Amino acid sequence: MSAHALTRRTMLKAGALTVGFALAGLQTRAEGATPTPRMLDPNELDSFLAVDGDGTVTLFCGKVDLGQGLRIAMRQIAGEELGIGVDKIKYVEGDTALTPDQGRTSGSNGIQRGGMQVRRAAATAREALVALAAQRLNMAADDLIAADGQVRPKNGGAGIRFSDLIGGRSFNLKLNPKAPLKNPATYTLVGKPLPRPDVPAKCTGTFIYMQDFSLPDMVHARVIRPPAIGAKLVAVDEASIKDLSGAKAVRIKDFLAVIADDEWTAVRASRALRAQWSEWSGLPEQDKLVATLRGDSDITDEVLVNRGGPRAGAVLGAITRSATYFWPMQSHGSIGPSCAVADVNSEAATIWTASQGTHGNRKTFARFLGLSEEAVRLIYVEGAGCYGMNGHEDAAADAAILSRAVGRPVRVQWSRQDEHGWDPKGPPQLLDISGVVDPTELIIEWRTTMWLPQTTRGLPDIPLLAPAAAGLDDVRGLQPGMISQNADPPYRADHVQVLVHWLKDAPLRPAPIRSPGKPANCFAVESFTDELAAAAGLDSVEFRLRALSDPRGTEVIKRAAALMNWQSRPSPGPDRNAAIMRGRGFAYVHYKHSESYVAMGMEVAVERSSGRIRVERVACAFDCGQIINPDGVRAQVEGSILQTLSRALMEEVQFDRSHVTSVDWSSYPILRFPDVPKLDIVLIDRPTEPPLGAGEAACAPVGAALANAVFDASGARLRTVPFTPERVKATLDGV
Amino acid sequence: MANYRLRINGVERTIESADPNQPLLYGLRGLGLTATKFGCGLGQCGACSVLLDGSPTRSCLETIANAQGKSVVTLEGLGSIATPHPVQAAFIKEQVPQCGYCTSGMIISAAALLAEKPKPTEDDIRTALAGNLCRCGTHVRVIRAVMSASGQGG
Repeated sequence: MSAHALTRRTMLKAGALTVGFALAGLQTRAEGATPTPRMLDPNELDSFLAVDGDGTVTLFCGKVDLGQGLRIAMRQIAGEELGIGVDKIKYVEGDTALTPDQGRTSGSNGIQRGGMQVRRAAATAREALVALAAQRLNMAADDLIAADGQVRPKNGGAGIRFSDLIGGRSFNLKLNPKAPLKNPATYTLVGKPLPRPDVPAKCTGTFIYMQDFSLPDMVHARVIRPPAIGAKLVAVDEASIKDLSGAKAVRIKDFLAVIADDEWTAVRASRALRAQWSEWSGLPEQDKLVATLRGDSDITDEVLVNRGGPRAGAVLGAITRSATYFWPMQSHGSIGPSCAVADVNSEAATIWTASQGTHGNRKTFARFLGLSEEAVRLIYVEGAGCYGMNGHEDAAADAAILSRAVGRPVRVQWSRQDEHGWDPKGPPQLLDISGVVDPTELIIEWRTTMWLPQTTRGLPDIPLLAPAAAGLDDVRGLQPGMISQNADPPYRADHVQVLVHWLKDAPLRPAPIRSPGKPANCFAVESFTDELAAAAGLDSVEFRLRALSDPRGTEVIKRAAALMNWQSRPSPGPDRNAAIMRGRGFAYVHYKHSESYVAMGMEVAVERSSGRIRVERVACAFDCGQIINPDGVRAQVEGSILQTLSRALMEEVQFDRSHVTSVDWSSYPILRFPDVPKLDIVLIDRPTEPPLGAGEAACAPVGAALANAVFDASGARLRTVPFTPERVKATLDGV
Repeated sequence: MANYRLRINGVERTIESADPNQPLLYGLRGLGLTATKFGCGLGQCGACSVLLDGSPTRSCLETIANAQGKSVVTLEGLGSIATPHPVQAAFIKEQVPQCGYCTSGMIISAAALLAEKPKPTEDDIRTALAGNLCRCGTHVRVIRAVMSASGQGG
């Protein structure tokens, strides 16, 4: 790390050197495309950890901090296992030239997968350091411990610092899956609410976001997207921006942009540039979207779950129900529109991006730039939260293509209208559920049928706007994420089938959005569970507890019910005729049927005259196994709840036949301070269990807990998101 | 090119621009003061909030011509890691930001509220910050931090 080749990138503006550190000094981002080669094989210890000569350790992490706190959590995991304080660990993240490929930072797997690789690396390193010290001290390894950055005799006496054992040199070891791990009972770092190192800089304006990053000799660009999604560029009137000093139009087939030396001139040029585009109106009608999905014949059927086969014969006294649920397309809604900087020439590309997947993007970028993967370096710089795949990757592709075209580093900043109009969307999800319930047997039969856009097989990443428009070698297809999970109930049922009609196309380009698919599937499954409980005349919490056998699931349900001071009775409640109807609802998820356990209760007030829902309180019990950092987990649960409440109450992408029409915060409103409920969250720590993802599981039950609360309050069943006052009023009027 | 003189974080500064209608936001960021964020350019999200002669102002809508001669305080000018403003200190203590992109505007709006009303109620805070959007869902921590900065609770 100390001897990288000097390039002009070392002359980065001062700000660019101060990205993402604060606890452990500067994070180097100054090597350009060809730093000193590092071991990057994720099976090798040296890929993850370097013991430096100055008493510090550098952790190289392919998973990135998006504001969810990996910078501290990963240090806690590594420091705990290695025996060194978090303030002695430097952290390098998401740089394809410096960090091993640990996969995208997505699907809530940062800790449960990436963190466990780091834990194994640190344990392997500790074992090696102890062995080295044993040799030097002529003692048995069992008589030594690693702590405070040194290995010392358990019974006292002088130790040897890590840096004196191996400082500056390589381990040359494979990760050892059998390296002994610390006993959780002895943890001093894991499980502690240590503060996140980026927070002070974020609160004082010294944190350099992707949007703040700059290079010498850089130009500012704005991309001009077509007025209709599939329109072709017919003509550009470059004279229309001739009065703007230094502004230039760049056209590559249907890809159109303006560049200028300063950002405001680029903005003005993007507004002034006159361009003629072809007509296009290939989108479906929004108000017929459900029928369009249902009627699509270009589908592939897949049975995801089939337990117990078809039920034979009728059950005396059983009740049959069926219902349809719909979750609309939604935007990631990043507060900062996407931004990227690229420096590309005919031999190499360096791209600074806030993408969750720098490593995974490398292949995509190499392909459309016509470069080898080795010649493409992507470097993560934290941007405004993206919550999945927003426009960060597209902005990076814009910048890369423009930099190659103009021969200078280029910064592309999207506008608000770009972000809302062109970020790939959370896909629409349509679910039919039918079931048979009996007050004694509970769920006898359950069938889910879903209509979902299918991920195109073999896609390295999401198709990007700029390469497609510029006629470059782009991948074609869909990548909505793992959206079919949790479509079957977590409860005991003899006959369960989940059938998905995979759609070959999607109305708007889909991409993973936080907790892909699960908020919709859990909304449907847990709403329908509530419908079955109500049909059977049973209290919905008791119903769930009786139908559930998983003890960890049972515990979160009991804990959330206790937070709610839950009184047993069937829904709807007694408040149905009041002007302001109050009710409570409940939902539960075992995330992906294999990860975190979440139970959630909600208290709402529904105004009959307006249909306005006021969420007054959310109670949540959350079990993600071993907790690395409880304050970090709590922040993620808070954020998951509020973001998904916003999605369930307010959010739906609006479009006409040509383009997205909800392109700002007034046409695509999100939750505001006056709408925020009281949150009561209990975390259940299980130090001896594996840590599970905490970044999105609490998103899943929000829609159902809310809809169930509205049903309890009013007797009206909401089955289509968002629960706008107009929709609620119409549903209330129909009861 | 014309010069626009402002007092920014207590220092006389000059913004050069060919366009008197250039938003103050771009002028500030062009000077390297990047704490103030571009969020929408429409005055809808609050990420670009600064204090202009003490009043919370959307710098994406305020022109440099109009801001000339006035006093601007950005997040950088409010305090530093070594000597944070009470609202900054409370935001750090409560570990408010996740991505933190809205934080600059949040802290500016909250500082303006406390300057006007040193002991706000929780409802006052919700109302004062209603124009500041947060997508990460840090709202309950923001409210707690502002209460704490005002010497209430926390």
